[in-house]
Amino acid sequence: MSDTQNTHVTGYRFSILIWVDLLILTLLTIEVAQFDFQSLTVIVALVIATIKSYLVGTHFMHLKFENKFLKAVVIGVGVLFLAVLIVLFSDYLFY
Amino acid sequence: MTAIPQSGTYINFFEVKRGFMSWLVTADHKRIALLYFYAIMGFFIVAFGLGLVMRLELIAPGATILDPQTYNEVFTLHGVIMIFLFIIPGIPAIFGNFALPMLIGAPDVAFPKLNLISWYLYVLGGLLALSTLLFGDGPADTGWTFYAPYSVKTGTNVTVAVLAAFVLGFSSILTGLNFIVTMHQMRAPGMTWFKMPLFPWALYATAWIQVLATPIIGITLLMIVAERTLGLGLFDPALGGDPVLYQHLFWIYSHPAVYIMALPAMGIVSETIPVFVKKSIFGYKVIVYSSLAIAFIGYFVWGHHMFTSGMSGPARVIFSVLTFLVAIPSAIKVFNWVATLYKGAIDIKVPLLYALAFIFQFAIGGLTGLVVGALATDIHVHDTYFVVGHFHYVMFGGTGFAFFGALHFYYPKIWGRMYNLKWANIAFVIFFIGFNLVYFPMLVLGMMGMPRRYYDYLPEFTLPNLISTIGSWVLAIGLVIMLVNLINGRKGPKASTNPWQSVTLDWTHTQSPPTLYNFDETPQVERGPYDYRNYEQYLKEHNKN
Amino acid sequence: MTSTTLSHDVHPVHFDAYGKKLGMWIFLFTEVLLFGGLFLVYAAYRFLNHDAFHEGSAELNVVVGAINPVVLLTSRLTVAMSITALQRGDSKRAINLIMWTLILAGTFMFNKYYEWYTKWEHGLFPGMDHYKELPAGKAQFFNLYFFMTGLHAIHIIIGSILLMVIAFYIKKGTINQQRYTYLENGGLYWHLVDVIWIYLFPLFYLII
Ligand code: HEM
Ligand SMILES: [Cu+2]
Repeated sequence: MSDTQNTHVTGYRFSILIWVDLLILTLLTIEVAQFDFQSLTVIVALVIATIKSYLVGTHFMHLKFENKFLKAVVIGVGVLFLAVLIVLFSDYLFY
Repeated sequence: MTAIPQSGTYINFFEVKRGFMSWLVTADHKRIALLYFYAIMGFFIVAFGLGLVMRLELIAPGATILDPQTYNEVFTLHGVIMIFLFIIPGIPAIFGNFALPMLIGAPDVAFPKLNLISWYLYVLGGLLALSTLLFGDGPADTGWTFYAPYSVKTGTNVTVAVLAAFVLGFSSILTGLNFIVTMHQMRAPGMTWFKMPLFPWALYATAWIQVLATPIIGITLLMIVAERTLGLGLFDPALGGDPVLYQHLFWIYSHPAVYIMALPAMGIVSETIPVFVKKSIFGYKVIVYSSLAIAFIGYFVWGHHMFTSGMSGPARVIFSVLTFLVAIPSAIKVFNWVATLYKGAIDIKVPLLYALAFIFQFAIGGLTGLVVGALATDIHVHDTYFVVGHFHYVMFGGTGFAFFGALHFYYPKIWGRMYNLKWANIAFVIFFIGFNLVYFPMLVLGMMGMPRRYYDYLPEFTLPNLISTIGSWVLAIGLVIMLVNLINGRKGPKASTNPWQSVTLDWTHTQSPPTLYNFDETPQVERGPYDYRNYEQYLKEHNKN
Repeated sequence: MTSTTLSHDVHPVHFDAYGKKLGMWIFLFTEVLLFGGLFLVYAAYRFLNHDAFHEGSAELNVVVGAINPVVLLTSRLTVAMSITALQRGDSKRAINLIMWTLILAGTFMFNKYYEWYTKWEHGLFPGMDHYKELPAGKAQFFNLYFFMTGLHAIHIIIGSILLMVIAFYIKKGTINQQRYTYLENGGLYWHLVDVIWIYLFPLFYLII
């Protein structure tokens, strides 16, 4: 099989930019948590966390430059986990 | 491209290097397969012996040879060894390791050293499991399921047993990881995904389950360890924990694990049947997709083990429905195998016999599975011998028989010799009869209401128990004959490189036993894996010898 | 043993960068699901002990807690930059940046230690009397807190050792501009350990 060493080089500047984005999002999480959205608080926190993971995944972990298969599996694993969570909660929610 | 190697250059993998050490540091997939083989057979024989002991205890009501506590420890150790040390690693680690690279035209697996590490982890896990016999209050007595809260409270060596299972899980994960990368990166030129034989496909689906399900039990077992050693009462209801959640987590792994056991066995069956029918497999792609479907749906049915554990009503219904869904792809495969046999030139040799026994017994296991998968009927038979009969039909009657079928199938390739076919048939017949004598009465006993995991029973259950115990002796005799025949076969006549006249690469393009990196040259693949048109002509051109 | 002249000792499998990366990703999936199991437990117990989890969370120090994600975030930047440095052939800088990563990891661990130590001073540590008296629900919050952050800390340690080994091989030249996959894989592991913290942080510290 041909050598598919990923030749994409991320510049320093770009990495720092992503870092700043993530920093802002972290501060945002803390800031937002001060408000009481009732049951929505967790959802908001998790949405922000997921945006952060998305940034980390695509840029720092280079998923953006990987092939379709790898991207699909990463998403697949996330979906699998969510599905298990939902099926598990069919027990707790209706108890 | 298939030039016969010049005389003198052929060195089989046994002879490349010699000596004990050369085996302990080998990175060759075939040698590692054999290392697994000896270790796994050793554990199998131990656990088989424990099974015989249990059956002897159950020959008549009342205490016969064991006291209740010992009986509990025996069935736990039997279950742990059979599940984690025999049936889960069995086919992938031995026959997968041996045949997978050859089936896809590769010189080895993707990470040979990692492969060896997996073996060492396996041995470590096995020794940990056996070590529970030696110290403290004896081996775990919880059943192989380690249900909380009992597993947290009992004084027996649960911590070590659980750590053993954790280490074995790690070993299983690494094998799966290795196989996935191997299949992605190392298929021979021309072997597209849909030209890949079905055993690799089965291993592929299995490997994903190994990778994605095993961590869940890993962490669950660590939680048991934390509760026992650090006093973190993670499943303690008094602290707001939930013991039923332990069962959820346990089965989130352990039901998919059933498919870690079953899929490779199905792969072996798909691999053997065309060879002895000389006909392409019926519905190749359907078998592939059903493997993947089983792997996927199998992830969401775990709750069928917990119908009587106090789950919510809707959850029980959902799990029951999903369970019926997962039966469909399995049934499709049975249909495909039978359709392959139809109008084929069936050549009844011993590997085929095991494959047919697999179909028969796996079907019984599957159909009784529907009984325990259906919410209403399970309430009646849950935790009875019906369940014990059911899962032995699946695991032993199914996977166990496929395992021994694979052993007879690959024997001439591994050792380059042939065992006595007549004795192999005799052993098969005895083994088959013995198996059904042991486990069919268990199904009846379960219907009559005999609970599992007791050393004693009411007098009205005596007759089926007696039959079952006698059957266990027949089974043991069959096993002994089989193994003696196989051991003698090492001195038997030299086998040709392709005694079964298969057209897959592992038989056509390699020596028996294979050379170190399997192929003299990387094979070019043009044909589908089970293309038996004009196979005689093809084999004449391609067979080694 | 007929002949030893054959080149059987040279393994015919060549260096497969993508294969190694794929292998690493698959390993990361197992790590995700290892913690995934714990997140399932967290979800279930939070559902069962809603108010107690809020009370428990209120007892964690947000400021101390907030330093750590920033530290980790920065350490992931240094890892990413060290990969860039190596790809550009500047292995000295790559090693330097790994050292910075390790320093940040140390900071994280120290902070963690401080946090646990204050808990210990208050008797709020597994095995201590005060801990055993925690009411139902809140006890579960702290069980999970110690178990999950503890497991995460173990992963930080493993990741640090991994990076040290990698730095050593960069120095030796085995890992270099042409073959930087192992550094990339080390980086992937590091990023993943951080991603887990991205979720742990709000779930434990910010449920006010
Ligand atoms: C592939 C082979 C086998 C596998 C995978 C297997 C697996 C298991 C497992 C998982 C259990 C449940 C243990 C528990 O309740 O915790 C079990 C129970 C049992 N096994 Fe096996 N087993 C195998 C072979 C045998 C053999 C050869 C015998 C007897 C000759 C045997 C006899 C029994 C009996 C009697 C029980 C029930 C114990 C009880 O519930 O009281 N098994 N087996
Ligand atoms: Cu199941």
